[in-house]
Amino acid sequence: MAYADSDPNGHSDLNGRVVPIAVKIIVAGGFGVGKTTLIGSISEIRPLRTEEVLTDRSIGVDNTILIEDKTTTTVAMDFGRISFGDSLVLYLFGTPGQERFWFMWDELSFGSLGAVVLADTRRLADCFASIDYFEQRQIKFVVAVNCFDGAMRHEISDVRNALDLDPEVPVVLCDARRRESAKKVLMTLVEHVLQSISAEVGRDESAPVH
Amino acid sequence: MPVPSAEDRWFDAAAGPIVRPYAMTRGRTRPLGAALDLVSIVVAADPASVDRYGLDPEHLDVLALCRRPTPVADIASEIDLPLGVVRVLLGDLRHKGLIEVCPPTSSAGPANERILRQVLDGLRGL
Repeated sequence: MAYADSDPNGHSDLNGRVVPIAVKIIVAGGFGVGKTTLIGSISEIRPLRTEEVLTDRSIGVDNTILIEDKTTTTVAMDFGRISFGDSLVLYLFGTPGQERFWFMWDELSFGSLGAVVLADTRRLADCFASIDYFEQRQIKFVVAVNCFDGAMRHEISDVRNALDLDPEVPVVLCDARRRESAKKVLMTLVEHVLQSISAEVGRDESAPVH
Repeated sequence: MPVPSAEDRWFDAAAGPIVRPYAMTRGRTRPLGAALDLVSIVVAADPASVDRYGLDPEHLDVLALCRRPTPVADIASEIDLPLGVVRVLLGDLRHKGLIEVCPPTSSAGPANERILRQVLDGLRGL
């Protein structure tokens, strides 16, 4: 089987055919915080509802007595797409909002560029689990505070303190319904990842050689 | 162990919609062989040599979408079938050697800084 190698033009090759490079960004946060809205406001396609399989390896961590004879089912999730020319496609995947579906997050986040954690200041605790998840796996993320009614109830510094974020993690305000706002959130994430790479390269170069 | 009330069920409203396995895949929910990432690119191996034996119409529909290299997620959206079903169908096609699967490009790490800059430029231009 032929596997892809990136060539200098940003394409991959599969049996001599040019294939687009597909990258993904995860959109996480509590249930009902506006993940689907954010994806929909910037995706070139209507957010698609796909389904993921729940198997017995995911069951058992919760109360499953009612479904003990049913070892497989699926749960829906949303995704959107942004194409940049023919050679690069960005996918936005909304995570299932529940901690019990974290086994799905592992697959979703594997190889991802980074994550957006969407927060609602009225229910800030809902995004603690997402932040823990990305911190533990060293996946770069930004926190986007979704201001539903346009009114800012809290200062960004308050949100940062409440979430106990590392100083380098960006916190931005957004209106998930607005395309420009969603675009700004995604750009903040990509810039953050790029800065992290620069910082790592700098550390490696300055590290003493033994 | 007490029987949980309806509120305790793990497949509650907050979990999002739950669906059953599909008859189209004869109840199968996992593809044959290795897992298929959402952004893996699939492409038909050789369109001229398709042995249709054992293939359902949905297999052929999926195969038709693989003529050009296409991400798994796009196939699911274009064919309007659930991702789980499309993965099973793709697994069947791969098992028969009818498609090639290209693993996703990892966008992590300094080697892909160029890709990140392309994404940033692309977003800026939206």
